[in-house]
Amino acid sequence: MANLNLTVNRRRKITNGIMTTLTAACAVFAVIVLLSIIFYIAARGTAALNFQFLVDTPKPVGEGGGIGNAILGSAIMTILASAIGLPIGIAAGVYLAELGNGWYGKIIRFVADTLIGVPSIIIGIFVYATFVMPMGRQSGLAGAVALALIMIPIVARTTEEMIRLVPVSMREAALALGAPQWRVSWDIVLPAASAGIATGAILAIARITGETAPLLFTALNSRFYNFYLDQPMASLTVQIFNYATGPFEVEHQMAWAATLILVGLILLINILVRFLTKKRF
Amino acid sequence: MPQTGAAGDKIFRLILLSAATILLLIIVGILLMMVQNALPSIERFGLGFLTGREWKAAQNEFGALPFIYGTIVSSIIAVVLAVPLSLGIAIFLVEQASPKIARPISFLIELLAAIPSVVYGLWAIFVLAPFVRNHLGVFLQNYFGWLPIFQGRLTGIGMFTAGLVMALMILPIVTAVVRDVLETVPQAQREAALALGATQWETTRVVLGNAASGIAGAIVLGLGRAIGETMAVTMVIGNSPRISASLFEPANTIASLLAANFAEATDEIYLSALIEMGLVLFLVTFIVNALAKLLIIGVTNRANNTRRA
Repeated sequence: MANLNLTVNRRRKITNGIMTTLTAACAVFAVIVLLSIIFYIAARGTAALNFQFLVDTPKPVGEGGGIGNAILGSAIMTILASAIGLPIGIAAGVYLAELGNGWYGKIIRFVADTLIGVPSIIIGIFVYATFVMPMGRQSGLAGAVALALIMIPIVARTTEEMIRLVPVSMREAALALGAPQWRVSWDIVLPAASAGIATGAILAIARITGETAPLLFTALNSRFYNFYLDQPMASLTVQIFNYATGPFEVEHQMAWAATLILVGLILLINILVRFLTKKRF
Repeated sequence: MPQTGAAGDKIFRLILLSAATILLLIIVGILLMMVQNALPSIERFGLGFLTGREWKAAQNEFGALPFIYGTIVSSIIAVVLAVPLSLGIAIFLVEQASPKIARPISFLIELLAAIPSVVYGLWAIFVLAPFVRNHLGVFLQNYFGWLPIFQGRLTGIGMFTAGLVMALMILPIVTAVVRDVLETVPQAQREAALALGATQWETTRVVLGNAASGIAGAIVLGLGRAIGETMAVTMVIGNSPRISASLFEPANTIASLLAANFAEATDEIYLSALIEMGLVLFLVTFIVNALAKLLIIGVTNRANNTRRA
């Protein structure tokens, strides 16, 4: 009997050792994959990166060319999308946190979560049907609207979460002093949650900077520097897609260099936000 | 000055209510727009659209089956590969690692989610596809070549590579949700198991049983993301409207079809057929996401009732 117990216990210990090692191995594997992707982008990207590449426009294969107009296009559309999406998203988030405990709030919260899960290519088709078809052509404006639509539900949900972190006692103190509800929200609650809301907003901006699918048929692409919002507009992501799927090695090199710029920017934003908010480190 | 407060309150509420209503309008707008634009195709092809196996745009012949098949199979590959890995990572982060190790690893895995889809696609074309062609695929054909799913020509471009890259892309969200779910399991459960003499792994199994519905939710959520994955897939799946037994053959998914063909669809019925595919994709992701939310919500509600000790 004692002998049997000993074997069972040994088996339990061995199982424990194997399983706990396996779970640790899973974590190590994921981290290695991430680091290898980043190092690969850095190695391939720096090879083709130079100043001319950052300011030139795309040229026929063999004549060089660059991503200057794509960087500008991405910047314009991201800024415009943020100008549309952030106020709406933050206001919707304030609604959910402050007034959203009834049935309508529940519906809106469900809709926001559902929208976050809707594939971004569907948003692209929606904007194509509602903006591009009536206007008769693809445009930077349509691209920015598509990005804004992706941004709104994300910003709304993070804003709600951040506002819910503000202690109830702060509200009660302000209300007890006779402040109306909107002054409490605007002057007390929002400033208290502002750092968190800003973090959410910045991460949402980083997210839409990397979006490709919703731009494919809304902003399309352009070979030129373009400041007109009613014209097709280049973007870093669509340019990477075109270079990556092109037949020539020169194009692939440019795809890696453009990716280095894009991923570098996005990872930098994510890391900075994490360090500044000190939420995780 | 109660009047100004009341008026201000009204205006403030109205602004917030309008912003929140925009979210509702977006989703209703998407649904109406898609149904309206898909109508010509729905009327012309009926249910045969969903079961048709031929997709020849030039001859106005549209059958959705190869794309539905490709979407389902590639998503299953992604989920099957990503879920065990995500579970392992989440268990390691919550049950085993000290916060000093768990936090940076958690952060690095969240960074995986920050990398854009098109970048995964680029990486998949030039790193993952050659790896499948020269190593992983050869290995699978050598040892499991008797299975029909691993037979056929090995180009590195096809369903299998697409499933691999999708697995990597849904890994962060599945891991994050499982991690959150495990954290809601009351500490007392672990203490009780340990006090009875359970090993760490046996304790983890108790915790997993307790978190089962939340974990199911995380898996379904990952499935939803995989179904909608577009850019990376379209870059490595080979964009071929065929149903093949072999996973190494080129295939296509609904999202990838839309990305590759929508811009060139000038014909009205072609555009309508593509939008009907989009409608199918939208409805499927909607249902899958709603299901995931229901599964996860039960767990978070419990967490609110019984806070961690």
